[in-house]
Parts: sequence; structure tokens; C-alpha cells
Amino acid sequence: MSTLAAHRELGLTDAEYEGIVDRLGREPNGLELAVFSLMWSEHCAYKHSKKLLRRLPTEGPHVVMGPGENAGAVDVGDGLVAAFKVESHNHPSAVEPFQGAATGVGGILRDVFAIGARPIAILDSLRFGELDSPRSRYLFDWSVQGIGHYGNSIGVATVGGEVAFEPSYEQNCLVNAMCVGLARRDRLIRSAASGPGNPLVLMGARTGRDGIGGASVLASAELGEEDASKRPTVQIGDPFEEKRLLECCLELLDRDSLVALQDLGAAGLSSSASEMASKGEVGLDIDVSTVPLREDDMEPFEIMISESQERMLCVVEPERLQELLEVCERWEVRATQIGEVTDSGRLRILDGDESVGDMPVTALVDDCPLYDLEPEEPAQPIYPDPPVRIAADADAAETLMAVLGAPTVASKRFVFEQYDSMVGSRTVRRPQSADAAVLQLAPDGGHGALAVSIDGNGRRVACDPYTGAVEAVLECALNLACVGAEPLGLTNCLNFGNPEKPHIAWQLTRAVEGLRDACLALGVPVVGGNVSLYNEGGGGPIYPTPIVGMVGRLPDPERVPVSGFTQEGHAIALVGPFAPSLAGSELDKLRGHMSDGLPEVTLERHAEALGALRAAVRTGELVTAHDVSEGGLATALAESCIEGGLGARVDLAPLRETLGHSDRLTALFGEGPGGAVVAGPREVVSALPGAILMGEVGGTSLLIEGDLELEVAALDERFEGAIPAAFA
Amino acid sequence: MRFGVLRFPGSCDEVDALGACRRYADAELIWHGDLDLGGVDAVVVPGGFSYGDYLRAGAIARFSPAMEAVADFAVSGGPVLGICNGFQVLCEAGLLPGALLPNTSLRFVCRQVDVEVVNADTPFTRACTEGQALSIPVKHTTGRYWAPPETLEELEAGGQVILRYAPGQNPNGSVRDIAGVANAQKNVMGLMPHPEHAVDPLTGSADGGTLFASLVAHVDELVATA
Repeated sequence: MSTLAAHRELGLTDAEYEGIVDRLGREPNGLELAVFSLMWSEHCAYKHSKKLLRRLPTEGPHVVMGPGENAGAVDVGDGLVAAFKVESHNHPSAVEPFQGAATGVGGILRDVFAIGARPIAILDSLRFGELDSPRSRYLFDWSVQGIGHYGNSIGVATVGGEVAFEPSYEQNCLVNAMCVGLARRDRLIRSAASGPGNPLVLMGARTGRDGIGGASVLASAELGEEDASKRPTVQIGDPFEEKRLLECCLELLDRDSLVALQDLGAAGLSSSASEMASKGEVGLDIDVSTVPLREDDMEPFEIMISESQERMLCVVEPERLQELLEVCERWEVRATQIGEVTDSGRLRILDGDESVGDMPVTALVDDCPLYDLEPEEPAQPIYPDPPVRIAADADAAETLMAVLGAPTVASKRFVFEQYDSMVGSRTVRRPQSADAAVLQLAPDGGHGALAVSIDGNGRRVACDPYTGAVEAVLECALNLACVGAEPLGLTNCLNFGNPEKPHIAWQLTRAVEGLRDACLALGVPVVGGNVSLYNEGGGGPIYPTPIVGMVGRLPDPERVPVSGFTQEGHAIALVGPFAPSLAGSELDKLRGHMSDGLPEVTLERHAEALGALRAAVRTGELVTAHDVSEGGLATALAESCIEGGLGARVDLAPLRETLGHSDRLTALFGEGPGGAVVAGPREVVSALPGAILMGEVGGTSLLIEGDLELEVAALDERFEGAIPAAFA
Repeated sequence: MRFGVLRFPGSCDEVDALGACRRYADAELIWHGDLDLGGVDAVVVPGGFSYGDYLRAGAIARFSPAMEAVADFAVSGGPVLGICNGFQVLCEAGLLPGALLPNTSLRFVCRQVDVEVVNADTPFTRACTEGQALSIPVKHTTGRYWAPPETLEELEAGGQVILRYAPGQNPNGSVRDIAGVANAQKNVMGLMPHPEHAVDPLTGSADGGTLFASLVAHVDELVATA
């Protein structure tokens, strides 16, 4: 490889190249340039987002590991910690959805067991174009199958998630996967290499040519028309290999055999080795001739940057090496010493006796230039209005049927039935049966349960990046409150367009400010996350899509409400500071309108209301709790009817009176954060602070006084049938 | 009474099966490489994706040393329960008749279903009543039971069809809605639903527990009459 102008082809600017020459004191050779181009890519170095992310609050009483490690971790009591992280695999999934999504799951699982936690749950946040597009159906169908293939085969329950369909994701779909793991606090391990002379061991799959340059080629540039030619840069997943690797690593940690452990992800060995050396402030020597290969004619630089999946790197003391090799053999996991820790502070690459690369670790990891964004609020709306999908004179009943049948709102049974949601015997609430996944801790010797939710609404963030991001945090927290859980920590994945464009920089900046303010108001620390930029393709940038994953804890899983109505005669009420508006709503979208701005949110009121709802749920007397989200209150009521198979009679007049306006459609379909539908015995529901009583459970239809009456069977057919119909 | 639960590379539900067994008796894991079952009274071949199911579901696991021991154990009358991938392994090993084919949907399906007890006079179902509906989840891609017509007639006539999906609830296209079958001696049974995921109302249902309770009663009776 010639280095002359090759740096541009590898995504480095001329100034960045000069910086590399400066730090090496010479021109880099081909291998070194390849390694730098990956380590200094957006994907690895966060060069456009790092400064911004420093604004997020990261400390809290439960935090055990914050940002910077492979995954964040929070204390959940009884000597246990929950480790979790969300990560994107957007561009690989847009190029090859099955393997892209599958390896996205494989990657996030490795992040979690790299710190010593057993993965117990996967959640996914997916975005595609509208389902009437064949490309979107293809990406959606095969991404879901890819997630299922990996998660099901490795035996980790996929317990929740969300899917939305918007035109802006047509070319550039989003596949964000979150993993939650559990570990004994004393078994956590960090990735810092230490102890010069300690062997460096590569475990797992052989190294091949798959995924060469994925981080710089795919993840750090916009998608273009020649994407099919990038298919070889997508990695291939092997969940069986990872299953053995997972069990093997956990056994090694149980035996306390390892000094440090790190997964191989983007940029492969280059990135993992540099990170381990940087964290431990040591050097590493790697002999590429010892790396087990899938193809025997690989160049040293290919070995260093290959993104072959299912590999882990560890440091072990020399006297524990034999034990490590024996455990690996028992699990049929390949393990090879490929180098050792040094005190040189350099990453030295050898090919047998020959030195083929020699770089200062700090230059690779810490010296990538960080860029200030140049945000500028756009003068004109960036996104076109969506197509009109509902008649202007549709009545309330027609509107509800249209909203329930909108794929973003409709049941995701088609998706979640393709995932094993119960392996592990922890799943107390399966998908759609409650607002958050609930995982009991008893099988792991703990008390109570974890609650997990993942949320984001790109269209609302597109309308108003600050408020939309605030709402993502609030919705997650509300989902947790609906099952009685207190949030302990948050992870996020920031999916945005090209940050070098001022209006994207503005979206990103405002969204991070929104996340920060909401986290501060609710007292939830950010313990980790991921940034996916350059999500543009064909028709322009995606909607700015910050995805928030939240983990909470609740004391008694027996008391968790369901989202459906369960008993005739139960009183139904609305709780929370719900102030519906049609701005940014699903109905707004069906009407072909893109709003500019969202109503302001008073965070203190939400924090207070979330605490009140959580306390009410924890008494065990509320039977039903379901948040009001996409599609507004009428949709939430319909969902509770469908889920429970029972009708309801409600009157929204008290709500309209409280709101101080009489617009029926706004009360029915308006959206906004903070509202939850609750049901239970009348004396319980009417005693809730600030509850607006709406009616009671009963009959076979949903009757909203003066607005509509629809049979639950018809609602069910529409809600459950919409996505399967798109594939009929 | 002690259960042994096999663990292959790629098993996923062995720990859940172990936990389910332990609600009713002692239980331990048996490593796939072991030729000795350690004197257990009943064997559970659990669900998952043994060896990745990369060749054909269950096709490789049947050759493991532990499965040789299980075959001997079965021939000598020991009770063996195969769940999902375990059912596939037992069919591949020739310990059960028929085969499991890809679901008609060609997709993985994870769903709570009702199964009806067709024969309550077996070591696996003696705690049930004939016609009883059990709510137990399924989760598989390759769960469509199939056997040639003459074999099906023999199975029906011999009381070897143990469980059937309730009407309208067949999740995979299994012939005659068959969810679980036994060998002629009724000491080896395989089923696609996961009874180990139905032992606690908190996680969905406790109906699957009756299978484990049945096995315990069966073994206890053998011991008492021995």
C-alpha cells in the first residue's frame, strides 16, 4: 500500500495525516496508516462528539462503572450489578441486514461479558422506511431475523424494543441493540492491561478478511449508491462460536484467572490492543504470525484491522496461562498467545522477527484531534412533509383505526414472536404485556427485579431536537414507573447525520443538551453509550434519533401491573402531567404534516409525577398501567382494551376541562410526555394524586363518550394485523 | 431421585431445565463429553442450539459420548425427556420415531400455547389427566413434527402420541397437531414445548411442572417397588 494520498482514501484529512507524521517522527508505513485511520475514525475516536458528550452527567449513587469501559454498570443490591450498553450497527444493516443486525447483537453481547457480566437480556430499537417500500420490508424482515438468529442461538432473551417506520430511514435504517448483563460485583473485570511480561492471549474465532476497514469505510461516512460493493466489509456472525466464547470467559472470570479482558469490535486487534494498553498505561507487542488465520495469505495490516467476529483478547499472568488454555480447550475455544505486555508505551507489531509497525499508544488512543461542532439552527425546515395518509374529514373512529394500523403504532408481535423472550427464566413480563421488560433477580440470588426499556422518537426530535431528546428520557422513565421501577442508569445511542454539516451539528448539540437536562432533573446518570454519525443516504439525513435505554430496579415482581385491562368494573384514570398536542403526533404525520417545534416541558413536574406513579404501582393495588405514547390517549386506551380483551367506557370531558380547551381530536390523539392510563379498584384509582377519572372497564367495545365506539375485536384485528398485512 | 441434564456446546436451556428439575428433586448437569451418567434416575436432554445446529438440528449432538450413555440408559428402561433441541437430538439418535422439520412459517416462533394431554398413562404425564390442557411456551424454528403415515398410525394406536397442540394453536404445522411423542416402551419422550419455562406462575405458567412431578412419582414408585 502506498501512503501517498492513501490517507484520504482511508478517511483521514491532510491535517490529520500531518499529525500522525508528527507523532511518529516519520511517515507511517502502510500498516501504521491503516491502524491510525481506524483509531482516528469517528467510530473509534468520537472526534466530532467527544466534547459534547462530556456535558452528560455520569455520576450517581448506584454507578459502579461509567463511560469508558466496555459497558456501564450499576449496583442492583445483593452484591449484584447490572451491566448494560446500547450500540448501533446501522450501516452494516443497511448494506446486509441479516448479518449486519446479527453481528450488532454479537458485538453488544461481547461488550457486556467483556466486563464479566452474563448477558441476560437484549432489547432493540429499529428504524426503517415506510413498509410500502420493498426495500424497507426487506431491511426490516432480515434485520429482525438476524437479531433473532444471534440472540436465540446464543441463549439470551430478547425482551423488548421498539420499531418505527419513517421515510427518512428509507436508505439508512437504524439497528440499535442493547444488552443487559448481570455480574457479582466482585467478579467485574476491567480492560486495562498490566504487568510487563504477561502474555496477551487471543481467544475465539480465526481471523479472516471479513469486515476489513468496516469502522472507517462503513461507519464513518455517508452511505452512497455503490453500497452493494461494500458488502464484503460487513462481518459474518457465528453465534455458536460466541456461545462457547461466552461460557469460557465467564468460567475464566469465576476462577479469577485473568488480569484484563477486552472484546474485539470495530477496528479489530488494533483497537482492542491499543485500548487495553492505553488504559493500563503500558505497551503491547503483538506477533501477527501467531494469529490463527482463516486465509493463510493475509497481510499483517489485514490481520491487525480485520473485524472478524467472536474474538476476545485477554492478559493473563504467565503462571495462569496453562490453566487458561485448559479451560479454553474444554469449551472448544481456540486460544493463542499472540504477544505480551511491555513497559514501552508502544504498540509494536511484529511478523515473526521482523518489525512491521511501531506506534505510541497515546498517539493512537488519546491524540486523535477532537473537533468543535459548528452548530447552526436551520432557517428552513430540513425534512419534507410526509405523504398524506388520512382523509381530512376522517371522524374519530376512522382516525383511531388509521392510527392503530400505522406500522409504527401497530402491534410488533410479528417481530417479538421471532425472539426467544424467556430463556433464563427471569422474564416476568414479556413484550407487549407491560410497558417495560421485567426480569426477576431470583435465579441469580438477588431480590426484586430489573426493569428495562428502550425508547426514542426521531420524528419528534426532528420537530424539536431539545424537547424530543428530553421526551425520550421521560418516556423511558415513565415506562419504568409503570412497572414500579426506579431508574438506576441510562445508556444512549445518538444516531444522527453528518455532524460536519451545521444543521446536523445543531440537532446533535440541542439533543445532547436535552438529554443532559432530563437526566439531571430525574437524577439518572449516563453510564455509557455510543454515537452513530453520518447516517445519510440518498434523500438526505435521517431524523435525528437519540435512543435511550434505561435500567431500573423494583422491589417486588409479584406486584408489577400489566398494560391491559383485566377486570370488568375497574376504574380507569389518567395520571401525570399530560399536556397533549398534535404537534409531532402520529396523527400529524398521517395528515402529511411535519411540525416545527414541540410544546415546552417542565421537567420538575415530570420528576415528581414519576415518583408518585412509581410509589402507587409499588403498593400492588394498581392492576393496569400503560403510558400514553405514539397515537395519544385514544390509542393507549385501545391498546389496554386489546391486550386485556376487554372493553371500556370512558368520557374525556374531565380531561378537556383540566386542559382548559375543548378540542376533541387533541384530547384523543394529541401526544406529549408524562401521561399514563391506570386501572384498578375504584377506591384505589380515585385516591391517586391528580388522577383524572375517565370511566371503567367493561363490555366488548371501546366507547369514548361523544367521540367513538368500536368493538375490541375490530381494534384487535387492525392493531395485530397491520404489519403482517404488509408482508401478505 | 436425581435428574441429570445434558449440556452440549450450544445448549441454551440447560440451566433453566436444571432449575425446573430442582423444584421437584435433586438435579445436576452432565457434560457432553462424559461417558458416565453418574447414576442419575432420569435424563433431560435440554433445548438450545447444540453445535449451533449448523448441520441439521440435533444431528451432531447425537454423536456425543454422553448421548451414547443416554442410549444405553434408555435401552435399559431409564426415563429420558427431550425438550425442543433435545427432542430433535432424540429423533436423530433413533430413540424416538419421526423427525422435526422447519416450521411452515420458516420463522422462529416464540409463543405461549395450550397443549392437550393425549395419554396420561406414561412416566412423563402420570400427574396429568387425559384431555387436560397445559399452557406451555414454544420457541423454535425447526419444530414441525413429521413421520410417515404408517408410523403415525402405529403411534396413535400404541398411545405414543402424548401431547397435541390445542385446536387452532399448532404453531409450526406439525402433522396431526402432535406436540410430543414417546417410544413404544414409553420411557423416552420428546416434546417441542418447553415445560422448564412453565414452572412458575410469575414467569407465565406452572403447568409444565406436571411433567417433572410425573417423572419424580415414576422414579419414586420404581424405588419403592424395587
